[in-house]
Amino acid sequence: MTSTLDETERLASPPAFQQVSPARKAKNALATVLVWLSFLIAVAPLVWVLYTVIANGIKRIPYTNWWSEDFGSVLSDEVGGGVLHAVIGTLEQGLMCAIISVPLGLLVAIYLVEYGGGSRLAKVTTFMVDILSGVPSIVAALFIYALWITTFGLPRSGFAVSLALVLLMIPVVVRSAEEMLRIVPDDLREASYALGVPKWKTIMKIVLPTALSGIIGGVMMALARVMGETAPLLVLVGYSAYVNWDLFSNGQASLPLLMNTERATNSMEPGSVGFDRIWGAALTLVIIIAVINLLATVVSRLVAPKKK
Amino acid sequence: MAKRIDVKDLDIYYGKFHAVDSVTLSVPPRSVTAFIGPSGCGKSTVLRTLNRMHEVVPGARVEGQVLLDGEDIYSSAVDPVQVRRTIGMVFQRPNPFPTMSIRDNVVAGLKLAGTKNGKKLDEIAERALRGANLWSEVKDRLNKPGGSLSGGQQQRLCIARAIAVRPDVLLMDEPCSALDPISTLAIEDLIAELKKDYTIVIVTHNMQQAARVSDQTAFFNLAGVGQPGRLVEINDTEKIFSNPSEKATEDYISGRFG
Repeated sequence: MTSTLDETERLASPPAFQQVSPARKAKNALATVLVWLSFLIAVAPLVWVLYTVIANGIKRIPYTNWWSEDFGSVLSDEVGGGVLHAVIGTLEQGLMCAIISVPLGLLVAIYLVEYGGGSRLAKVTTFMVDILSGVPSIVAALFIYALWITTFGLPRSGFAVSLALVLLMIPVVVRSAEEMLRIVPDDLREASYALGVPKWKTIMKIVLPTALSGIIGGVMMALARVMGETAPLLVLVGYSAYVNWDLFSNGQASLPLLMNTERATNSMEPGSVGFDRIWGAALTLVIIIAVINLLATVVSRLVAPKKK
Repeated sequence: MAKRIDVKDLDIYYGKFHAVDSVTLSVPPRSVTAFIGPSGCGKSTVLRTLNRMHEVVPGARVEGQVLLDGEDIYSSAVDPVQVRRTIGMVFQRPNPFPTMSIRDNVVAGLKLAGTKNGKKLDEIAERALRGANLWSEVKDRLNKPGGSLSGGQQQRLCIARAIAVRPDVLLMDEPCSALDPISTLAIEDLIAELKKDYTIVIVTHNMQQAARVSDQTAFFNLAGVGQPGRLVEINDTEKIFSNPSEKATEDYISGRFG
C-alpha cells in the first residue's frame, strides 16, 4: 500500500536530472552558435583559396607534358611545355634543406631535452631558437647573400636557397622534436636505466623510437612550409626555363619562382598562357605538399607505438 | 647469485633539501625486506639509492655508503650502469616499452646490451616469462605489443624484463599499488618464489602486504613537513607487527596515524 503511494508521489514530481534552467539552455545555444560560426569563418577562406587554385589551375595539370617538359623550347605565349624544371628545383632545394636541417635540429632538440636540463647553454639555445623562428624569410635570404655570395664570392645557386631555407626550417624542427621528446614519459627512461642501459643507448633505442612518429610529422610539416617560401628564391637564385639538376651553379627554377617570373614577364589575362602557367604551377605546388603530408601521415602511422 | 646489501650512515639530498637522514640497515641475501611508512618519509628515495637510480634526478646526491657484498656502489670508480645491471628495479606503474613486442620487452635489457643471438633470446624470454608467471598467458602472442596486456600482466611483464638480465638484487617500488587484488596476489606469490634466487627489497603502502611477503620490515617516518625522513626501526616482520620496540611504529601499524 505504502509502496504504491511512494510510486505515485515519485512520478508526480519532475525527474531531478531533467530540469535545465532556461538561462543555461540559452547559454548553451549561444555557445553552440559561436563555436559553429568561428569554425565556418575559419574554414571559408581555406575552401575559397583551394577552390580558386583548383578551378584556375586544373587546365594544364592533366597533360603529361606538364609533368615531363620545361618551358625552354616554348615561347612565352605558346601553349605547351611543362613545369618539370620547377618541380625538380623545388624538390632538390627542399631535400637539401631537409638533409642539413633535420639532423641538426634533432640533435639540438635531444640536447635540450635529455642533456640541457636548466643549464645556461640550454636557456641561451632555446632563446636563440625562438629568435630564429621569428626571422622573416627575406632577412634569412639577405644573410645568406651577404655570407655566401658577397663574403665567400660563390655564385647564386639552388644550394644558396637551401641554406636560407635551413635557417627557416631548423627552429621549426627543433621546436616540434623538442615537444615530441618531452612527452615521452620519464618512466620509460627510468625503466631503461634500471636495466643497466647507458643513457645514450636509452635515447637512441627507447626515447627516439617512441617519439619518432611525432617527429616525422613535424619534419614534414616544416618541409612543406619552406617549400612554399619565395623570398630566398628571388634573392639567391636566377630563374631558368630549362631543367637544371645542378644545385651548385646556374639558375634553377622552382615552383614559386616560376610563378613570380611568369607574373613579371607574361600576360596575366584570364585564359592567357601566362595565367594558366601561374595557376597550374600553384596547383602543382599544392599537390606536391599534399602528397608530402599524406606520406608523412602514412609513415608516422607505420612507426607509431601500436596498441593491439 | 643473490647478494647482501649493507647501508651505512646514508644521507640523501635533493639539491639543498635533506630528504633522508642517516640510514643504516642490512638486507641478507635470499630474503624479502619491506619498507613501510607514511607518504613522503623517504622510503622510495632510499630504495632508489640502492641501485643509483636516485641520481637520475638532477641535483640529487648521497653521502654515506651502500655496500653490495662489501663493495661500495658509490665509490668513484664504480660505473652506475654496471650497478643497475646487477640490481634490477620494478616501478610503481607498469612501464613496458610501447614500441616493442612482448618478447622484445622481456629481452630489452640484453638486446640493448648487445646480445644478438635470436634463439638464445627466445630461450631467455621464455625462462623470464615463466619466472614471472606470465608465460602461459602470453605464449601465443609474443609478437603483440606490450601495451596490449592488462595492468597486472604489464607489471608481471616488467618483472620478467627485470629478471631477464639476471640481477643479484630486485628492488620493487610499490609494485602492486596500481593493480587489482587478483593481480596483487599473483605478484605476491611471485615474490615468494623469486626469494629463492634473489635478494628483494619492496616498498609498500599496504601493511598486510608487508606482513605477508617480507622476512624483515623497516619502518620510516618523518618528524614533520620539511624535515628529513629517517629509519625508525628495522626488525623481523613478525616482531614489527606484534611487538615493535618503538611507539611510533606501533601507532603506525595499528592505524593511529599516517
